[in-house]
Amino acid sequence: MSSKKHNSNSSNNININKPVPFVGKGYQPKTRRWMSYFVFFIIIAILELGTTTGVISSLTMPKPSDVLGTIIELFESGLLFKHLMPSTLRLVVGALIGISLGITIGTLIGLFSYIRSGLVPVIAAIFPIPKIALLPLFVIWFGIGEGSKYALIALGSFTPTVVATYGAVDNVDRTLIRMGQSFGLSWISIVYKIVLPGAMPGILSGLRISLAIAIILLVAAEMLGAEYGIGAYILEAGSLYDLERLFAGVTILSVLGIIVSVLITMIEQKILKWRI
Amino acid sequence: MNIQINNLSHFYDDSKVLNDINLEIMDGQILSIIGPSGCGKSTLLRLIGGLEKPSSGEITQIGSPPLDCLNAMTYIFQDFALLPWRTVEENISLVLEDHSLSSEVKRSVIDDVLDRTKLKDFSYALPKQLSGGMKQRVAIARALAVNPAVLLMDEPLSALDSQTRELLLEDFINLWHRKPFTAVYITHNLSEAVRLGHKIIVLSRRPGKIIETINIEKPIVDRKSIDKDLDQYQKYLWDIMHDEARATDAELLNV
Ligand SMILES: Nc1ncnc2c1ncn2[C@@H]1O[C@H](COP(=O)(O)OP(=O)(O)O)[C@@H](O)[C@H]1O
Ligand SMILES: [Mg+2]
Repeated sequence: MSSKKHNSNSSNNININKPVPFVGKGYQPKTRRWMSYFVFFIIIAILELGTTTGVISSLTMPKPSDVLGTIIELFESGLLFKHLMPSTLRLVVGALIGISLGITIGTLIGLFSYIRSGLVPVIAAIFPIPKIALLPLFVIWFGIGEGSKYALIALGSFTPTVVATYGAVDNVDRTLIRMGQSFGLSWISIVYKIVLPGAMPGILSGLRISLAIAIILLVAAEMLGAEYGIGAYILEAGSLYDLERLFAGVTILSVLGIIVSVLITMIEQKILKWRI
Repeated sequence: MNIQINNLSHFYDDSKVLNDINLEIMDGQILSIIGPSGCGKSTLLRLIGGLEKPSSGEITQIGSPPLDCLNAMTYIFQDFALLPWRTVEENISLVLEDHSLSSEVKRSVIDDVLDRTKLKDFSYALPKQLSGGMKQRVAIARALAVNPAVLLMDEPLSALDSQTRELLLEDFINLWHRKPFTAVYITHNLSEAVRLGHKIIVLSRRPGKIIETINIEKPIVDRKSIDKDLDQYQKYLWDIMHDEARATDAELLNV
């Protein structure tokens, strides 16, 4: 006891060997895959338990097992694919148009000051418009069929792609461009071999947002003139207050979102191997 | 090919950076330029390399570059400027791709420079896998690949630790010895300047003006890292630079 007291105010005591406390914990992003499964599991388990015991009224939340049952039923009746096929097509075509236009325009904005000055205000004006509000306009322009749906999804994924792309082009290391110029590389070579690869990390992380917005707009696009489609299915269930089918549809959209996100991660791992 | 610089001055907006520079860069020789930081060394190099236009005065090429020269004025950058997504070999091939060379010629040029810079074993490595010294070797290899008329080097060793610097310096001297090239070598390190320079010029603080030119006759390959002859030059240069450096240090940065 007395020695302890002595230790605490004596700095040159040699009898105590204590490891240096580790203070460098945390702040390092690490993947802990099981954690996401765990969180999903807990949420679903709580809902299941709550709805079975009646703590959560079946009017406010459907039972997760019933939702799963609805999805299985959809699958078995073949309706799932009838809904999934047109939706996937709309998503792919719309997003492909929006993203490829977005990368092109974004690169041009990043490269040419005239185009930047002309277009950045326009993009800033389009970005905050809720694209859903423009659906009737697109129906007039492109018809009630697939055209208006592609246009809505394309426009929705276009603006975030443009913004991400020209930001990424701006951030390409200037000394690399200088290097290209000093070696007499042609303009085309500098764009294709230095600017675009250098902007790729920024463009890909922009794609995550663009594709999520595309999925959001899929539901909006199927509000008008769609017999089949996940969005149409959700909207119909919603108007009937059929929570089980509503949640079944939402779950399918979520899974779609996860698939897209995993795809982008795979692309990143493949083509951004060079990053530190 | 020589480079002649006549009455060159340069302004950024209204502030003068370089003041009446007259200078000749001799074929097959290394010219060292030293001066306090901010005196306009990098600016002078950019002007020589044609990345910027001088406000007044002219820079003339006398004679023509060697026949197989693909890029007359070629830089080696302080921060290496390697494309991180390309391997060592692909980084070198980058500067050959825009020229219509057959793939055999390209191959032999790449092999040759990899061999000269001792990078043979690293041709498939990505820049992130290399140390600073290795990266600068790649940059030197890339520069040699275009067989430049003049190599423009802006503090190429400043980002490296002193041991690596010494090793690279030796390699660089050997490279020059085996196949002499023309180079402008900018540094704020006096010992590097006297190790490499056939001619050394000293710039004053901003606006940079040439305040001294010395020639060192001793052959570059015979110079050692600890060398009495060089020490004399180094002391002499330090005396000149001392006052300039002090004055620069005392100035408020007007940024
Ligand atoms: N692009 C530029 N625009 C305006 N001022 C510049 C520019 N580049 C350099 N300067 C100024 O010119 C001076 C010389 O710069 P620099 O040539 O980089 O010096 P050094 O390489 O000798 O350290 C510095 O004061 C710097 O601030
Ligand atoms: Mg400099």
